[in-house]
Amino acid sequence: MSINVMLDEFKEIAANPKKQLEHYKGQGKKAIGVLPYYAPEELVYAAGMVPFGMWGSNKKTISRAKEYCATFYCTIAQLALEMLLDGTMDGLDGIITPTICDTLRPMSQNFRVSMGEKMPVIFLAHPQNRFDENGLAFTVAQYTNVRKKLGKIAGAEITDEAIKNAIKVYNRSRAARREFVKLANDHCDVVTPTKRSAVLKAAWFMSKDEYTEKLEALNAELAKLPVCDWQGTKVVTSGIICDNPKLLAAFEENNIAIAADDVAHESRAFRTDASETEADPMMALAKQFADLDYDVLLYDPQSAKNRRGEFVANMVRESGAQGLVLFMQQFCDPEEMEYPYLKKALDDMGIPHIKLGIDQQMRDFGQAYTAIQAFADVLEMNK
Amino acid sequence: MAKQVSPGVLALRKVVEDVYREAREAKERGELVGWSSSKFPCELANAFGLHVVYPENQAAGIAANRYGELLCQAAEDLGYDNDICGYARISLAYAAGKRAARKFDPETGEYIIDPSTGKPMKDADGKAVIDEATGKPKKDPKTQTPYMVLDDLNEIMALPDGVEKERRLAAISPIRQMQMPMPDFVLCCNNICNCMTKWYENIARMHNIPLVMIDIPYNNTVEVDDTYVAYIRGQFDKAIKQLEEISGRKFDEKKFEEACANANRTAKAWLKVCDYLQYKPAPYSGFDLFNHMADVVTARGKVEAAEAFEQLAVDLEETIKKGETTTPFPEKYRVMFEGIPCWPKLPALFKPLKEHGVNVTAVVYAPAFGFVYNNMDEMVRAYCKAPNSVCIEQGVDWREGICRDNKVDGVLVHYNRSCKPWSGYMAEMQRRFTNDLGVPCAGFDGDQADPRNFNAAQYETRVQGLVEAMEANQKAKEA
Repeated sequence: MSINVMLDEFKEIAANPKKQLEHYKGQGKKAIGVLPYYAPEELVYAAGMVPFGMWGSNKKTISRAKEYCATFYCTIAQLALEMLLDGTMDGLDGIITPTICDTLRPMSQNFRVSMGEKMPVIFLAHPQNRFDENGLAFTVAQYTNVRKKLGKIAGAEITDEAIKNAIKVYNRSRAARREFVKLANDHCDVVTPTKRSAVLKAAWFMSKDEYTEKLEALNAELAKLPVCDWQGTKVVTSGIICDNPKLLAAFEENNIAIAADDVAHESRAFRTDASETEADPMMALAKQFADLDYDVLLYDPQSAKNRRGEFVANMVRESGAQGLVLFMQQFCDPEEMEYPYLKKALDDMGIPHIKLGIDQQMRDFGQAYTAIQAFADVLEMNK
Repeated sequence: MAKQVSPGVLALRKVVEDVYREAREAKERGELVGWSSSKFPCELANAFGLHVVYPENQAAGIAANRYGELLCQAAEDLGYDNDICGYARISLAYAAGKRAARKFDPETGEYIIDPSTGKPMKDADGKAVIDEATGKPKKDPKTQTPYMVLDDLNEIMALPDGVEKERRLAAISPIRQMQMPMPDFVLCCNNICNCMTKWYENIARMHNIPLVMIDIPYNNTVEVDDTYVAYIRGQFDKAIKQLEEISGRKFDEKKFEEACANANRTAKAWLKVCDYLQYKPAPYSGFDLFNHMADVVTARGKVEAAEAFEQLAVDLEETIKKGETTTPFPEKYRVMFEGIPCWPKLPALFKPLKEHGVNVTAVVYAPAFGFVYNNMDEMVRAYCKAPNSVCIEQGVDWREGICRDNKVDGVLVHYNRSCKPWSGYMAEMQRRFTNDLGVPCAGFDGDQADPRNFNAAQYETRVQGLVEAMEANQKAKEA
């Protein structure tokens, strides 16, 4: 299969989650909606169900969710609720609601109240002091609760063996995505920003074994190509999500490729693997969560240092990018709080950046286009 | 109308003054001063005799003194987005050295008076004196204040000793919140919000100082699960070790027990004071409770706070006996005020309430800070019950409890741009209040610290609407 055909398949899946859901339901499978961030999808897979990432939508308008949400709430959370209220995701058999940020905390209650008898809502609270035995035990306790509830939906208890297998499937999927990100950088002429985004986004709507197989096939084809002689410029993207094809088209129009990313919806979600040798697979998942690092949403015990800012700035240097584009999700406190120190790290290393304010209700990208166009000139000078 | 200040209120004011003064003096002696989130278990720091001040209380004070916008903008200039909590922005600007200062003439050192400030001058008959030149009321020069501008402490301290340095230091606003010493360590507990986590990490980074983190995950049930207790207990033990390293002292069990006893005594007295709002008419306005919050936040582990609240309870008992009230208008309607007040706009908040005879007789802080416990595990459970860490059922139960006990006719809901966790399930809560209590609710947009997010006209209209609904309810009941 040609690379372009494969890329088109990913694009089709990424653009049509409802169709994907119907596809799995048609196979008699159950599906679980998984809200951001860090829910142990492995447990859903181990239960024989399909996890469905719920990261809002670029096509919907907030209407029914207004009955629950004040206007100053992240559109990802509001649109996730919208899709549960307007019937788009009626095929789901349940949802998992993590609560790591100040929007998701009360939203977990809105999801539970609004879903009522419609579908089970599985609550999940991650610990911030997640590293020592005490924190790990709390994560295990929370994950055990999720495991029990998922088992109830699936109609069978989830076995340790199934979780161990799921960890292997997910590690392989994460490795494939990390490999794809590198290959996308080497072959940025073929894997343009919109195509790159679609490939990574499709992961949220596919069973991971199926997805990985497809992605590994794509990776193999990409690896055969000679590394491209890119004449344009390159950036690292950062933020919660940047999956809007219209916005990403502005990169393509200005010959800007994406060399790597620090995006929650993309690389932050597959940077860290779970141990396959840990005797207790629940502990393996808890340790994987503890190992997550350089993340705006998570507590950093070495907070006196600017570790995250420097990590992202180094990523720009190491990936061969000339600058960074920050997609600042409106009303996202954690991203906003970490911006001054990200800026400091970038400035200290002489890396130019732009901050684009975005939300999923954006329909007019004129201002963003202008900013990206102007930034392209800056990047050109930094080559 | 000038309020008569009771001995209890005076004592409460002194308690907070002392917290700030003692921290300043400690810093001058070279002792450590910490900054703490409002619902960090103060009992732990008290056990080490550490001096601790509270950025949230500071931010509220700065906002109430009208410097909120100046400091919020200063934070925005540092790169902190204007969507971020106003308290956090004020605190981060302050932590970065930004100060509200009086503008002065560099030649003379004289402060430059802002003509828009001050109260109207009155003649012997109490009538406003009109300025013949402008036709407008004359201002009493004694009440006028200088322009406030932003200055930078780091910049000032880098100056060579001399007149300019002295003048700029002297020009910094003398209010206690603008004189808070810089931190040597930070104590963060995120039970009230996760914004706190990043806020305190930022302060730790700015000052390269240790951070003690107590994480309290969000709770989906009314009961606090044992796994939460075990996780948080473990963090208390770790925090104690960190505090031993920071202070160079051993954990003092006796001091800890004393602090716990004081915190319990303060909580009980606080609840008693809050309960006087059940009287009809109430002997004071719930807005006064907001002012006393400073004591619960900054000094609940100190015996002086407990004593001051007990004194206030005695004062209120007297007020009740005399059939008096400190509310400066006759109480026609009673409402619960939901949320943190818009500190920079207190007079604007109060005005339409006064006009319509609406007294605030219930505030959520009453149950939220009145936690009483008998042992360490109960203490952990108590700290899990912050306004923004509990499930909707607990949140509704608290509020409906005080609405019933304090006999409210309606609920005024502040959709606070600064506080996403607090406003997060408010719409559903409003529906429940109306269904369960049969009282009308009205919401308005505002902000706890940034005056730019409050619109007086919208607020007045919403209050008016609430009053009309309460009136209709009353008439229906009478019929």
